Amino acid sequence: MVNNTQSGTPLIVSASPHIRDGDSIPRIMWTVNLSLLPAGFAAVFIFGYYTLFVIGLCCLTAVLTEAVISILKKQPAFEMIKDGSAFVTAILLAYTLPPGVVWYVPVVGSFFAIAIVKHAFGGLGNNIWNPALAARAFLQVAYPVAINSDWRFFTDAGAMNVMKNITRIGENGLLLDAVTKATPLAKESGTEIYTLYQLLIGSVPGCIGETSVIALLAGGLYLIYKKCIKWYVPVTYLATVFIFSIFLPPRTMTPWANNPFYHLFAGGLFLGAFFMATDMVTTPLTKKGMIIFSVGAGLLTILIRFYSGYPEGVCYSILIMNTATPLIDRFTKPRLYGSKLKK
Amino acid sequence: MKSKFNSFLGGIHPKDDGKILTSGMKEVIAPIPKKVYLLMNQHIGAPAKPIVNKGDVVKIGQIIGEAQGFISSNVHASVGGKVVDVSPYPHPVTGIKSQAVVIENSGDEGWAEALNVEQDIENITPEEIKQRVLSAGIVGLGGATFPTHVKLTPPKDKIIDTIVMNGAECEPYLTCDHHVMRSNTNEVLQGLRLVMKCIGCKKAHIGIESNKQDVYTTFKNILANDHAIKIDLLEVKYPQGAEHQLIKALLNREFKPTQLPMEVGVVVINVATAVAIYNAVKFNRPLIERIVTVTGNGVNKPQNLLVRIGTPVRDLLEIAEPSADINKIIFGGPMMGIAQGNVDNAVTVKGTGGILALKNQPQYTSHACIRCGRCVSSCPYGLNPSELSIIGESRNVSLALENNVLECKECGCCSYICPAKRPIVHHIKFAKALIAKQKTKK
Repeated sequence: MVNNTQSGTPLIVSASPHIRDGDSIPRIMWTVNLSLLPAGFAAVFIFGYYTLFVIGLCCLTAVLTEAVISILKKQPAFEMIKDGSAFVTAILLAYTLPPGVVWYVPVVGSFFAIAIVKHAFGGLGNNIWNPALAARAFLQVAYPVAINSDWRFFTDAGAMNVMKNITRIGENGLLLDAVTKATPLAKESGTEIYTLYQLLIGSVPGCIGETSVIALLAGGLYLIYKKCIKWYVPVTYLATVFIFSIFLPPRTMTPWANNPFYHLFAGGLFLGAFFMATDMVTTPLTKKGMIIFSVGAGLLTILIRFYSGYPEGVCYSILIMNTATPLIDRFTKPRLYGSKLKK
Repeated sequence: MKSKFNSFLGGIHPKDDGKILTSGMKEVIAPIPKKVYLLMNQHIGAPAKPIVNKGDVVKIGQIIGEAQGFISSNVHASVGGKVVDVSPYPHPVTGIKSQAVVIENSGDEGWAEALNVEQDIENITPEEIKQRVLSAGIVGLGGATFPTHVKLTPPKDKIIDTIVMNGAECEPYLTCDHHVMRSNTNEVLQGLRLVMKCIGCKKAHIGIESNKQDVYTTFKNILANDHAIKIDLLEVKYPQGAEHQLIKALLNREFKPTQLPMEVGVVVINVATAVAIYNAVKFNRPLIERIVTVTGNGVNKPQNLLVRIGTPVRDLLEIAEPSADINKIIFGGPMMGIAQGNVDNAVTVKGTGGILALKNQPQYTSHACIRCGRCVSSCPYGLNPSELSIIGESRNVSLALENNVLECKECGCCSYICPAKRPIVHHIKFAKALIAKQKTKK
């Protein structure tokens, strides 16, 4: 017998379609988390176990903040945490922090990312800026010393001994000297230059998750394979940086000023291009829009690196383009079927 | 990625399209039901008017509902017997109530006068073809149920240069058209030629999705020396069988979602409709039965059934051996079909190509849109479904109109692909209903 509403299993009545694709938000988010693992391993390998502590702090704060907010919003807390988006934000934030950062900086940053940047704007899907990057920008203003110059803290972390045996940092091999610089792009380190091999492997000073180009690339390719991100976003972004770094005249002439490969591999470009410019929520909807976004971000990155006080431009370039996203969406609507083709 | 077959932009393809359940099977003639329920609004347009009364005795093929106006269609008795009731009954797809004639089957399998008799159609005129299609009550059997005689009467200022035969059958699970093309190959082509003759059109183009290679080969062999009828394989992609996508893929012509194919000089005929046209013209046989795919994981014997129009769905499910824990019954395919709340009230209509009985169906919870853009790139009409769904939720009618909500054909690609499991089509349908409500107020 067939059951109906009177007897047995009730029939579900819902609008068409009745079959759905297997992909879901949690699956996308956990795939991103998985793809961030190689860079995490590289960070522990290069900078030591303290980085693991920083990543853990970020995750813990993010999850607790998310839980408290979901309770305040009267939404199921476990469901919200289970979707994995808080972990993506937390890990990305940790990756943009100095390896020896003092403990309360990641805690404050992670709280700011989840509570203010994400939930104050309406929660997942409604935030205007990438939470990790906005929090990083906030920390840069709130704790300029911890973020920009106080890198010696790192030497106290006790990870040095491990590292000494693995690799040497900087031309002269003096660890302390090298790690006092925030990034290979720092203008005062104009005389120092790292080899492309060092930049690819990641044995250079920098933030926790941004130095190892190889690890980031592995994660990024996995995301492209899993169709979580579009290949043309990182490719356009990287290509724009590559091209403009050749032609634009920098304000400070460092040995690597017009070396496009140096600009590609140093700093946070790979992290930004594969994991932040591809964030679904804060970037345009259409292919055309995404390409405009990536070109804009690439151009801004080089402009900031060449003509501003900051050595690194990835963070702000993406945040500025996030702000422009609604505008880009407005002007890159897909062509309505049957409407006249543009000639 | 570019496919080697003709195609269109957007669309989706489910990995498991469920066609394997029924694709290779022979048709089964369903037992003639004890009672049939013949709705007067089985077609698009004005409902027919019942012309029989309770207690009347009718024969098979007798007209029981008369077309009201040009865009309307006759309804015929699908069994012989006594009219036991004429009362309002809900339509399984639109939900709109109209008069239904209920006939109790007396076992009399004799046709009404002058029906089911072979005719000489060698020198038939276009006007006669049209007349027979009209009186046989033929409507588009692909599901839209647009009265076919209207299609055969294009306005004088529209020149039709190609008839497109729709053999795409892109809707997952359904194999009724595939079945028709395999077992009624010649009737399909005869029907197509009648349509060409009726409209006075020299060219025809058949489109078949490349997962139906067997019928493509058969057609290709028959048509080897026929230069008037072209046939092409199409990429397996939903909604390949929708008029806009089919014409784009075959002829590379585009027209607005709100327009009809005749805007670009095309008339689209479904393969099952072509067979019905042939039967009407050649044998004077009205539309009283059709092939219905009864399938899904909720039945033990999925199959294609030859079914009298107006058969209760429960009868069909019993033939296919339903399991006890069915929790969704769908009229039509899984992409555009309509879920039924109660099997007891559901009867087949002319447009019913499939009954899908599913078990273990989840109920999805909808999340906030994460702006992944998949719906935008899958929309075959170039809309922004994500935005439309949010507008639908906020009940903003003017913004919905501004964002072209009326251009949406509700194909369902957006909801299918959405990782946030948003019921996008639901919100769009809701917005359209609000617009319609506002219009009637004015």
